[in-house]
Amino acid sequence: MIALLLRDLRLAVRAGGGFGLGLAFFLIVVTLVPFGVGPEGGVLARIASGVLWLGALLACLLSLDRIFALDYEDGTLDLLVTAPIPLEGAVSMKAAAHWITTGLPLVLAAPVFGVLLHLPAPAYLWLVVSLLLGTPALSVLGTFGAALTVGLKRGGLLLSLLVLPLYVPTLIFGAELVRRGAAGMEVRVPLLMLAGITAATIALVPFASAAAIRVNLRQA
Amino acid sequence: MSIWEYANPVKFMKTSSLVLPWATGLAAACLIGGLIWGFFLTPDADNFGSTVKVIYVHVPAAMMAINIWVMMLVTSLIWLIRRHHVSALAAKAAAPIGMVMTLIALITGAIWGQPMWGTWWEWDPRLTSFLILFLFYLGYMALWEAIDNPDTAADLTGVLCLVGSVFALLSRYAVLFWNQGLHQGATLSMDSAQHISDVYWFPLLLCIAGFILFFVALVLLRTRTEIRLRRLKALEQRERMA
Repeated sequence: MIALLLRDLRLAVRAGGGFGLGLAFFLIVVTLVPFGVGPEGGVLARIASGVLWLGALLACLLSLDRIFALDYEDGTLDLLVTAPIPLEGAVSMKAAAHWITTGLPLVLAAPVFGVLLHLPAPAYLWLVVSLLLGTPALSVLGTFGAALTVGLKRGGLLLSLLVLPLYVPTLIFGAELVRRGAAGMEVRVPLLMLAGITAATIALVPFASAAAIRVNLRQA
Repeated sequence: MSIWEYANPVKFMKTSSLVLPWATGLAAACLIGGLIWGFFLTPDADNFGSTVKVIYVHVPAAMMAINIWVMMLVTSLIWLIRRHHVSALAAKAAAPIGMVMTLIALITGAIWGQPMWGTWWEWDPRLTSFLILFLFYLGYMALWEAIDNPDTAADLTGVLCLVGSVFALLSRYAVLFWNQGLHQGATLSMDSAQHISDVYWFPLLLCIAGFILFFVALVLLRTRTEIRLRRLKALEQRERMA
């Protein structure tokens, strides 16, 4: 499983495109928002946490269809299904690789982009914490969406329609955590809820993803 | 005699052809009766005026929107566990109806909210979770449309329905946390004292019965259509093979 993870990471880095693209997209979203709502610092500071979370979510969404598409086309996925490791484990590793190449850079870059949006000083810590806790869930759920649409020719748009409603709880608690942190309020409830959702997602959703992949490979 | 007999399409077609006219007729009777009673023969409420009458469409539609998803969950589970095709087709047939019910609840809610709350839309927990439910219906239907192989489509939408149910429920409580609402509490409940007086209660009950029967009739009709479509495809394929 470690070998699989390393292989995916190597592919992501060497094949180019995938690694920095999400980050660049995130930067563009953050740049475009002030054009849309105006450059006043007060307004930007108020919406900064939400915009950063939305940007991270969209950047994550952008790279989802790559998770299984290439492996499906060249037959690697068939080998993974018949491999001695459980498919659930392989799927989890796929999600982990996606998180390391997309989610982790976003987490690290978010404070820098926070400066651009006048994020209030006490919110930085909570921004990083919430993204660190929340983005793994985004990757795992995205893997599920990618598994559902892997056999389709034009699955990209459908993938977003399927995955975005699943992101709602994570987004709500993540953004709420930053908002409360920025206002200096009690953060325990959203923090625990966010961590709980992510933990449950990591534990349970790979089973659904693996089931979807088995179904998709059955017909081919 | 067991319920699984209806997993046989022939048996299902036979029974549903008997039930369908009755369900349709009763639904029409209940809906026409309930709506006329509700719209024209009940007094205006003290603090709501005539806007109270939206309740006869809004509440049943909202109830159905949620219950249809539950029905899809059950039929999807039956399909995934016991592989009865009729069950999967019933789930497929129910989805568009559920979506329209969600839409009706949202629109009638907006029509009621405009004079009462002074706004068409408010990011209230109930309204928001209905919007999210609407998105789940959309995604579910889109997945059915996108996949050619019917068994694959049934499997994948079944899995999506299971995961979606968990997340729809989770979203419901997440939005409760996220924003305090304007929407009043449950109008109907079994354990507490009734919130509305009998004058409105009986026509409402009739309307709810009408909506349920209407849904049953539509689902039977649509499932029958799907079964016939499936047979037609099988026949065409046999023709090509011969």
